[in-house]
Amino acid sequence: MTLHGLLQIALFFGVLLLVTKPLGLYMARVYKGRPPGLSVVLGPLERDIYHLCGMRSEEEMAWKRYAQSLLLFSAFGMAVLYVLLRCQQDLPLNPRHFGSLAPDLAFNTAASYVSNTNWQAYAGESTMSHLSQMAGLTAQDFMSSAATMGALMALIRGLVRRGTTTVGNFWVDLVRSILYILLPLAMVSSLMLISQGAVQSLTGSVFVQWLQPRHGNQPVQDSDGQADRQEGFGASQQVLALGPAATQVIARDLGTSGGGFFSANSAHPFESPTPLSDLLLLLLQTVVAAGLTYTYGKMVGDTRRGWAILSVMLVVLSVGAAITYQAESAGNPRILDLGVDLSITDQQPGGNMEGKEIRFGVAQTALVATATTATSTGAPNGMQDSLSPLGGLVPLVMMQSGEVILGGIGSGLSGMIVLVIIAVFISGLMVGRTPEYLGKKLEPYEIKMASVAILVMPIATLVATAFVLMTETGRDAIANPGPHGLTEVLYGFTSMANNNGSAFGGLNADSLLYNVSGALVMLLGRFWTTIPILALAGSFAAKKIVHISEGALPTHMPLFAVWLMIVTVVVSAMSFFPALALGPIAEHLLMTD
Amino acid sequence: MKDQIRPALTMVLLLTVLTGLTYPLTVTGLAQVFFPDQANGSLILREGKVVGSRLIGQYFDKPEYFWSRPSATAPFPYNAAASGGSNLGPTNPVLIDAVKTRVAALRTADPGNALPIPVDLVTASGSGLDPHISPAAALYQAKRVARARGLDENSVLTLVSKHTEGRQFGLLGEPRVNVLMLNLALDALTAEPVSR
Repeated sequence: MTLHGLLQIALFFGVLLLVTKPLGLYMARVYKGRPPGLSVVLGPLERDIYHLCGMRSEEEMAWKRYAQSLLLFSAFGMAVLYVLLRCQQDLPLNPRHFGSLAPDLAFNTAASYVSNTNWQAYAGESTMSHLSQMAGLTAQDFMSSAATMGALMALIRGLVRRGTTTVGNFWVDLVRSILYILLPLAMVSSLMLISQGAVQSLTGSVFVQWLQPRHGNQPVQDSDGQADRQEGFGASQQVLALGPAATQVIARDLGTSGGGFFSANSAHPFESPTPLSDLLLLLLQTVVAAGLTYTYGKMVGDTRRGWAILSVMLVVLSVGAAITYQAESAGNPRILDLGVDLSITDQQPGGNMEGKEIRFGVAQTALVATATTATSTGAPNGMQDSLSPLGGLVPLVMMQSGEVILGGIGSGLSGMIVLVIIAVFISGLMVGRTPEYLGKKLEPYEIKMASVAILVMPIATLVATAFVLMTETGRDAIANPGPHGLTEVLYGFTSMANNNGSAFGGLNADSLLYNVSGALVMLLGRFWTTIPILALAGSFAAKKIVHISEGALPTHMPLFAVWLMIVTVVVSAMSFFPALALGPIAEHLLMTD
Repeated sequence: MKDQIRPALTMVLLLTVLTGLTYPLTVTGLAQVFFPDQANGSLILREGKVVGSRLIGQYFDKPEYFWSRPSATAPFPYNAAASGGSNLGPTNPVLIDAVKTRVAALRTADPGNALPIPVDLVTASGSGLDPHISPAAALYQAKRVARARGLDENSVLTLVSKHTEGRQFGLLGEPRVNVLMLNLALDALTAEPVSR
């Protein structure tokens, strides 16, 4: 670790904390229907959208109707995306003449984007037409994240309201999230990203003469048949893939979805060209999730509750980032004997540089690896598969927390509120009092729904990992030998079940087996948790406020924050420790032996 | 449920047009007006010809050029139409062997140089297109390049320090040297006496 590295990490947390309150306040006003400023311009557009959809924006929905709208919207979105990917060959804006996607890959990709996962079993720059990238993938980055912001709003309204059946209007939450929050932020920040050097054009590619002409010594790797054609290109010229990348990069980070325009994601210099662009993208992944904790506090009438939740998230995140940073700084002991200099100085980044970019170095790469898995974004700026064993363990644990350490925008805080319910319930059992949160009694129905929401993720992850590992196709997809191979598969399904989308990229996951099982896991991971969360919203909304009994655990105090942190860690640690012991922990012991 | 079908379908289509076409196309238009250089790939032009991008590295293995970092793109290194890293884990013997081969290649090209090799010069970057090496990696190669070009080592070192970028705002990221820009400058330096 170096002073520069620690300062960069501190700078990120500092800016994030500064932005939390103003953005949170703004969002609270948006969802109350009084967005300041922008409504002058966008208000008429908002009303036109409602009019064209033939709906009344004043209509209040019960939780079941809210859930139906959300599911229908997601189902249609998935169908449209599937058709787009299956037909891209015959559609415009395809300058490099890519073919349409195979059915299983298109199904996997559509499930992936509509569940806000952005798991990519394809390489962006050699698979997707510009139309698919924009109207398919970029659009879903907005829509899938706005849908879960809506579900969060329903849950908060449920907690605030009393004796009613309704939790808001899904369409209104959806449209407002996009029009007043995501889209304006995206417009401004994509221009900032482009100013740093991210590409944004409709051209397919540019041909460049190599400065040193290629000759026989240059190693050529084998790549099943495709090699010859590409070889012909590469022999005389370098082909620079271009496209509307910046707008997609911004949308996927802001929407915490994470699908790269290019295969290398944020490691690609055309996606994140400078250390400043890296910090910008990192902030975009986190500001909305952090701001929503303030919005939450504001809406329930006690901002201390929002800060209590945010402090739990940020403490876990900073501990995770520190562990990753330390592990990556240490470098790979196995190459030390080969005459390699791993030291960290002002002249070289040092440490474990396999899979990392010089401009980011170890500190920024470690921070992003942690934060992009703690939020459900999954857009790392290096190769997760080449992280040191402990450096790779941290991102796994971040996801296995259920994506509640900031998490996805909307889904992260919803998940954390579910954990709050569990924490209140357990503490209530310990002191022998009826558990209540915000004056609402927690009864068997709420605990059931909270358990359903929490349990689906570890079950889906572990069952799918075990199932795939029992098949030969499943094992053949593994790239690295030993415990690391197990980690690749475990990481893959952890990422999909938690709607993160990052990968240990060595895993060759574009096969019928992975595409179909992965798609099911992603859909389960998203919608099997969203429905019980909306059920909780409905059930809370119907409850009366009870008199807060003395001796109940106050949920805005540091004591509760610590308790919540323990519950969060224990819930995930109990489910995943055995698997982690066989994967990254075993590898760490092997490596340092 | 039935009365939600129309809003659901219309909403998907309207929001697709708004976020999937209007937003990216508007930004493309603005970018082409305000940041045309960056938006089109930060291309380097020499005598009207595109010789590369300031952001995308190229492959070098001749002694008279500074070498870039190893690249794991398929089917050949620095394939800017198929980015990606090696995805080799730290305990994978393939990684250890690859590092051994790279160390040997650097030693063969510069037999007199027994200094330890900066780690970034023997490990593959994340994108496979990293345009930079560390200043240490450039200094390690300076003697070899000077010898191969018949240049004074100091003039090469001057060129390296001219092409060394510090941390952004003195804080962010790591100091670095853009290999393609440095090699272009080297070629220009060597070509000068001839062209005059």
